[in-house]
Amino acid sequence: MTSPIKLDVRHLSFYYGGTKAALKDINLSLATNEVTAFIGPSGCGKSTLLRVFNRMFDLYPNQRAEGEVLLDGQNVLSTDQDVNLLRSRIGMVFQKPTPFPMTIYENIAFGIRLYEKLSKSDMDERVEQALRGAALWDEVKDKLTASGLSLSGGQQQRLCIARTVAIKPEVILFDEPCSALDPISTAKVEELIDDLSDRYTIAIVTHNMQQAARVSDKTAFMYLGELIEFDDTSKIFTSPAQQRTQDYITGRFG
Amino acid sequence: MANPLYSARRRRSLLAMTLCVAATGFGLMWLVMILFTLFWNGIAGISAEIFTQMTPPPNAQGGGLLNAIVGSAILTALGIGVGAPIGILAGTYMAEYGRHSKLTDVIRFVNDILLSAPSIIIGLFVYGAVVIPMGSFSGLAGAIALAVIALPVIVRTTEDMLLLVPTPLREAAAALGMPRSYVVRWITWRAARTGLITGLLLAVARVSGETAPLLFTALSSQFWSVDLLKSMANLPVTINNFINNPDPNWKRLAWAGALIITLAVLSLNIIARSLAARSNEK
Repeated sequence: MTSPIKLDVRHLSFYYGGTKAALKDINLSLATNEVTAFIGPSGCGKSTLLRVFNRMFDLYPNQRAEGEVLLDGQNVLSTDQDVNLLRSRIGMVFQKPTPFPMTIYENIAFGIRLYEKLSKSDMDERVEQALRGAALWDEVKDKLTASGLSLSGGQQQRLCIARTVAIKPEVILFDEPCSALDPISTAKVEELIDDLSDRYTIAIVTHNMQQAARVSDKTAFMYLGELIEFDDTSKIFTSPAQQRTQDYITGRFG
Repeated sequence: MANPLYSARRRRSLLAMTLCVAATGFGLMWLVMILFTLFWNGIAGISAEIFTQMTPPPNAQGGGLLNAIVGSAILTALGIGVGAPIGILAGTYMAEYGRHSKLTDVIRFVNDILLSAPSIIIGLFVYGAVVIPMGSFSGLAGAIALAVIALPVIVRTTEDMLLLVPTPLREAAAALGMPRSYVVRWITWRAARTGLITGLLLAVARVSGETAPLLFTALSSQFWSVDLLKSMANLPVTINNFINNPDPNWKRLAWAGALIITLAVLSLNIIARSLAARSNEK
C-alpha cells in the first residue's frame, strides 16, 4: 500500500553560509498521512532538514537552500512562495515548549485569528476542539484564562501542539518534541502523534530510537548531512541495508 | 589536624571576604551620608505649601515649589514622550530586524557614546540647535535636551530586554505563519513588557534630576510657567539657584526640593526593580 506523496524533496542541499554543505543532495518523499522519523547523531542535519520544509531558515541571513521541496507539487523554496502562507500549511512543534506570554485560550485563538475571522462561539468551539485534539482539554478547561506559562512542561508542549493543530495545517513537523519532557508526558505526546497521523502528514526528528520505532511508519537515517538510508521503519530497525545504519541503531557509534 | 594548605586557603578567603565587605561598606557609607544630609536639611522644609505655592522672591517668607514641580513634571513627561517612542522603535529595530546587520553594530556603538556623553554637552548642543535659532530659552528646548539624554538609555534597555526573549519563542510564532511585525507586536514586546517598562522608568529617573542640560535650554523661572515657548521653572535649576543664595528661606526650599527629587527617583527605581523582580519569578 502506498499513499500519495505529500512532500517531495529533490536534490536538496543546504548551507549555513559559506560553501560547506550542511545537507548534501537529499532525496526523499513524505507520504500523505504517514509519520516519518528522522534519526542520526547530533549535527547530522535532521533538524536542519525540518527547518527547510517550512523555510524557518529564512529568518536568518546567509542561510540558503538549493534544490527543490515540493508540497503537493509546488516548490516551497521558490521565491514567489509566501513563507507565512507556507507556514500555515506546514506547522512546527519545537524541542522546548514555547507557550506565548498570554492566556491558554489566547495561545490557541491567536494563531487562528491570523487566517480566519470567527464569531466568539465558533472560536470557543475551535479552541476546545484543538485542546481536545491535544488531550489537554480536561486539564485546562477550568482555567482557560490562566497564563500559558503557568502550565507544566508536558502540558505546555501539548498546548503548543494544540496551537499548531488549531490552524489546520497539512503537515506537522516535530523537532525533538519530547526531549525536554518526563517519561509520562513523553508517552502522552507520542500517543498524540499517533492520533494525529490519521489526519496529518508528520515528520519527527528524534534522538530516541525507541520513539522512532514506536511512532513512525518510515524512518530516515542521516549522517554528516547525508541521507544514508530511508525505508519502512520495521525494515530499518530489523534489517537495515547499510552497515552504518546497523551500527547506529545498535549503538555502536553516534 | 588541619591540612596546612586548606588553612592557608581559608585565611586568604577570609582576607578577600573582609576586603569585599569593607569596599561595599565604604561605598554605601557615602550613600547613607548623602541621604542622611538630605533628610536632615530637607525634611524641615517639607510642608503643604511646597506643593501649593509658587517660588517666593528673595528675602521673603514662605512660598513653595509648585511652579518648579509642575515644570519639571512637564519637561520630564515631554522628554520621555519624545524619547520613548524613538528609543523603543530603534531598540526594536536593532534586536528584531537588524540583528545581523552592520548598521546595528554602528548604531549600538554610537548609542553607547551618546549614553556616556556629559549631559552639559547635550545642553550646549540643544542651546546651539534650538535656543539660538528660536531666540529664547524655552521649555521646548529643555524637553528636547531631556529627550536626547533619555534616548540612548531607552535604546539600550529596549535592545537588551528584547535580546533576552528566547529565539525559539520567535521561531514558534513565525512557525504559525505570523508576519514579523505581528511577532514583534504580540509576542516579543509582550514577553519583554516588564523589562521595557523598567527601562522607561529608569530613563525617567535619569532625566528628572538632570540640571546641566536645563541651564542652557529651559533655564528656569520664578513664576508659574507652562508656556513651552518661554523659559520654564524646574526643580533642578531652582535648587541650583536657591542653594547658592544667602537667603535662608531659599536655602530651606532648595533642600526640600532636593529631597523631593531624590525620593521621586528612589521610588521610581524601587518600582522598576520590583517590576523586574516580579517578572523574573514567572
